[in-house]
Amino acid sequence: MAEPKAAGAAEAKIVKGNAAAAAKAATGAFTPSGVSPSRRSRHKYTVRLWAVRNSRFLEWFYNRFADMFLLLHPLWKAIGYSRVERPVTFVERHVKGFLFDCRMCGQCALSSTGMSCPMNCPKQLRNGPCGGVRANGNCEVEPDMPCVWVQAWKGSQNMTKGDAILNVQKPVNQSLRETSSWLRVTAEAAARREAQAKENQA
Amino acid sequence: MSPDYNPHDPGAPLDPLPGHSSRGRLERVLRRGEFAVTAELNPPDSANPQDVYERAAIFDGWVDGINAVDASGANCHMSSVGICALLTRMGYAPIMQIACRDKNRIAIQGDVLGASAMGVQNVMCLTGDGVQAGDQPGAKPVFDLDCMSLLETVRIMRDNSKFLSGRKLTTPPQVFLGAAINPFAPPYDFRPYRLAKKIEAGAQFVQSQYCFDVPMFREYMKKVRDLGLNEKCFILVGVGPMASAKTARWIRSNVPGIHIPDSIITRLEGAQDQKKEGKQLCIDIINEVKEIEGVSGVHVMAYRQEEYVAEIVHESGVLKGRQPWKRETLPTDALVASRMEHIREGKEENQQEMAGAAAHHPH
Repeated sequence: MAEPKAAGAAEAKIVKGNAAAAAKAATGAFTPSGVSPSRRSRHKYTVRLWAVRNSRFLEWFYNRFADMFLLLHPLWKAIGYSRVERPVTFVERHVKGFLFDCRMCGQCALSSTGMSCPMNCPKQLRNGPCGGVRANGNCEVEPDMPCVWVQAWKGSQNMTKGDAILNVQKPVNQSLRETSSWLRVTAEAAARREAQAKENQA
Repeated sequence: MSPDYNPHDPGAPLDPLPGHSSRGRLERVLRRGEFAVTAELNPPDSANPQDVYERAAIFDGWVDGINAVDASGANCHMSSVGICALLTRMGYAPIMQIACRDKNRIAIQGDVLGASAMGVQNVMCLTGDGVQAGDQPGAKPVFDLDCMSLLETVRIMRDNSKFLSGRKLTTPPQVFLGAAINPFAPPYDFRPYRLAKKIEAGAQFVQSQYCFDVPMFREYMKKVRDLGLNEKCFILVGVGPMASAKTARWIRSNVPGIHIPDSIITRLEGAQDQKKEGKQLCIDIINEVKEIEGVSGVHVMAYRQEEYVAEIVHESGVLKGRQPWKRETLPTDALVASRMEHIREGKEENQQEMAGAAAHHPH
């Protein structure tokens, strides 16, 4: 069953990182620049890596920020959560997009992933690195990108609640895409607080 | 010690054992503490069932589980569901691999039910390679679930008898759940914790990526034992022969996730017959890893060298002391046999009459 010819053909195949585009370019066919299996928003990862290095500060900052958002719950409620959704989503998309290359999955896991957004992984893994991480710590799909999960593990080491990386994450709810994670977390925390208050009264 | 056949009726399916989640042989072998051997079937690029049977016959009887790969390397082949359907029909024990790359959660849960109905006892949950690695890089990468949430999904189906949505199953799939590990890729210190996560999600056995660096694997296993993970799950080490130093070098630089130290390549290069040396190397690695505490078996991946797996397993002597076993039947086998009899009798079907009878059937 051994087919040395076929094996030889496989060896001759040009595999340079993003195999598809490189192979196509080698034939001389038109290849748009920056072809990527995972939609790439940026060609440099400086800000994203800065966020991982400063994961402890960002964790501290986010905790204050979440508290503030919860304090503003009466305001959100008065205006109506559905009405503030659009402007808050706009701000969230741009702030988190700049800091983390956020993909707006709507169910942010940054606190459990060392401030490295798991949706930037071409396989969108939310529970740890795949087996294909290169020896230099880069991604198998995007050879120039540092593996999101190698970074996540680094970032989580600096965080006070870094152990959250060991929790099994639920699958992404695709229907929450492009919605605000901040508002959802706030609304849920407020609902929990109210339920708690009711329980204490009873 | 429980035999691998039903003591009351050797022709009947295996009895469920307490504490076992499947009725399969692989789980029995592992739980008895025997050194398990699994192998990988090279999926055919054809619609001919004979191709599958020929490739499975190489492993006939002495392998505890045959991995039916799900488009490995993102290359298109016969589907793992199809291969499993063919194999279970002939009494083989396949390990059905499911990759998250090609199917969303709706398709996957359906496939798990279908596979279990066909008699598949072992399911292996993988993320899958990226589409860019395969022959159709323009395909849409699905990755709806990841290996962890896939494990959890199948575990929920089996243990809670429910779909992910909470909808009830009338008969849950009784499967032994597997996952993959790669101790040889960074972040190295996260890898044991990732195994812990997989066990928490539902993994009962794991098969590792090709192991060529035994000291590195020993280090990993030390951490695994410290975390007590070897008691919660069976660890099968991935091994395989390298055809030549050239192949090894090509794999090292082109297949992400496979770590081959320089010493291995030097050893292959220095040999007169590189193919023979590759086989011997594989046997040596098996002999080294089988002594490591917490290792429950080997997973032999001999891509395009499947015919050498028997030699490797036999010469390494890992099957020593194994008790003979008998093939079990599927619950549906009697039904199929009676239908075969009808067909053999050559009974004619009169459609009009039969429709008439069916129409008057009370309901």
